[in-house]
Amino acid sequence: MSANILVIAEHDGAELYPGTLNTVAAAGEIAARHDGGGGAGEIHILLVGENLGEIAKSCAKAAGVTKILVVDDAKFAHPGAEDVAAQISAALGGGAYSHALAPASTFGKAVIPYAAALLDRQAISDISEVSEADTFVRPIYAGNAMETVKSLESPVLLTVRTTAFEPAAQDGNAAVENAAAAEPPVRVKFIEHALSSSERPELTSARVVVSGGRGMQNGENFAMLEKLADKLGGAVGASRAAVDAGFVPNEYQVGQTGKVVAPDLYLAVGISGAIQHLAGMKDSKCIVAINNDEEAPIFQVADYSWCEDLFTAVPALQGELEK
Amino acid sequence: MKILVPVKRVIDANIRVRVKSDNSGVETANVKMAMNPFCEIAVEEALRIKEAGDAEEVILFSAGGEKTPETIRTGLAMGADRGVHVQTDERLEPLTIAKMIAAVAEKEGADLVILGKQSIDGDNNQTGQMLAAIMKRPLGSYISEIKKNAEGFAITREIDAGLEKLQIGSPAVVTTDLRLNEPRYASLPNIMKAKKKPIETLSPADVGVEIKARTEVLKVAEPPAREAGVRVSGAGELVDKLKNEAKVIS
Repeated sequence: MSANILVIAEHDGAELYPGTLNTVAAAGEIAARHDGGGGAGEIHILLVGENLGEIAKSCAKAAGVTKILVVDDAKFAHPGAEDVAAQISAALGGGAYSHALAPASTFGKAVIPYAAALLDRQAISDISEVSEADTFVRPIYAGNAMETVKSLESPVLLTVRTTAFEPAAQDGNAAVENAAAAEPPVRVKFIEHALSSSERPELTSARVVVSGGRGMQNGENFAMLEKLADKLGGAVGASRAAVDAGFVPNEYQVGQTGKVVAPDLYLAVGISGAIQHLAGMKDSKCIVAINNDEEAPIFQVADYSWCEDLFTAVPALQGELEK
Repeated sequence: MKILVPVKRVIDANIRVRVKSDNSGVETANVKMAMNPFCEIAVEEALRIKEAGDAEEVILFSAGGEKTPETIRTGLAMGADRGVHVQTDERLEPLTIAKMIAAVAEKEGADLVILGKQSIDGDNNQTGQMLAAIMKRPLGSYISEIKKNAEGFAITREIDAGLEKLQIGSPAVVTTDLRLNEPRYASLPNIMKAKKKPIETLSPADVGVEIKARTEVLKVAEPPAREAGVRVSGAGELVDKLKNEAKVIS
């Protein structure tokens, strides 16, 4: 059985998503634990789409990666889960890989279980730690518990909590090879994307995140947080309560059922701190909470707690930062 | 059209989960259970499609121990027509559950399977994707909108960067995201009516699925605790600490 590891690249047709590099790092940790730490296996990246030349170059720079397998086909201009899963399944089918990993994004969470089922394997989701080459730690119950789980089969298919792994360096020089396209079992028709066009950094990789909760009262008030985020070079997030109330779109959501972030600075404004929200941000380096409720659970995890009305505190903070 | 909705019995979302002292799992004895919230959204969507005249029957599925029918009953009280329960006390992995659902979907001739995108216990987010792969049916994961049309279903997916619209054929498998709908509460007359609705009990062998563990849980532990920090009382103090103590802004 080969000890090679396959990482599935995530991209939008123009750029490689940074979570791919964190996933490469997780693959590196698995490789280092193969064969009693011998690290015999190589790490390859699988890239599926159309006109992938530039993205393949970005992949080739990922440190520790030796080969990029490119499936470049016009019919994969907007690849569906079925399309990518079929390529993963074809690549893994011959026993060429011991593991396949993708970021635990909406992309990876869709393609990895699909590919696993095509291969009759049980995938393991959202790993935050590699214990052994076949044993992983992952959060369950919204991070209320950490499960150590061992795979009893091969190949092992995984999604990776990217915030738990530092991104791989970009000084590598992997070979780029074209691979034949495998036929997906079924296809879906892409109609269109309606993507949020923000100049701000992407939420899951931003260094600073300013999030608002139900305390913001309405969507208009989020302008205050946007201004603060822009001053700090950060992204804007929200609790599920704020999304449910219709203040902001779902892609802002941080938490168990939304995105997982771990920025240097997480500013929680008007967020009470339900466990489901903490699940998505408690690994942030520094947490600041602004809330007028002395008893808000968010204060139990915050490094700096400021009990104050947010409509007083946020403008004051903005003013102080602009001094 | 027939719609199959698999539902899962989980610890109620409002209960604080406790890890067992022997690290074998979380405490489930004498803990309030409920239907997984994403499954409630799936049941609601199926009922709305039926109420719009696009489906004739909504069938619920669940696998698990002897109390599982209580959760199916919750969905019947919302308005679903009948239930199928695969009874087993063994630990079920998503692949096994997907195989069971596939067998029932085939047998029932379901045109659409609607599942929650993840259950709030295992947080796996796998079963719907696996079901689509096993049945070789088009997948619409994380949907916030679904409309039946001549070619199948027009769906909108919630993806990390925004929204994605797809046209998928029929029969299909879709998984629900939060904003698809707001589930209804069951009315008292409907709760009474649900008691008379049929639930068929099957064994794993009846649906042709052998339960075989593909993973082993070695340990379930408390997450590392994060300690509360200090209180600040003004913007000047906060900015000073962020710059000079935490060194996260410059």
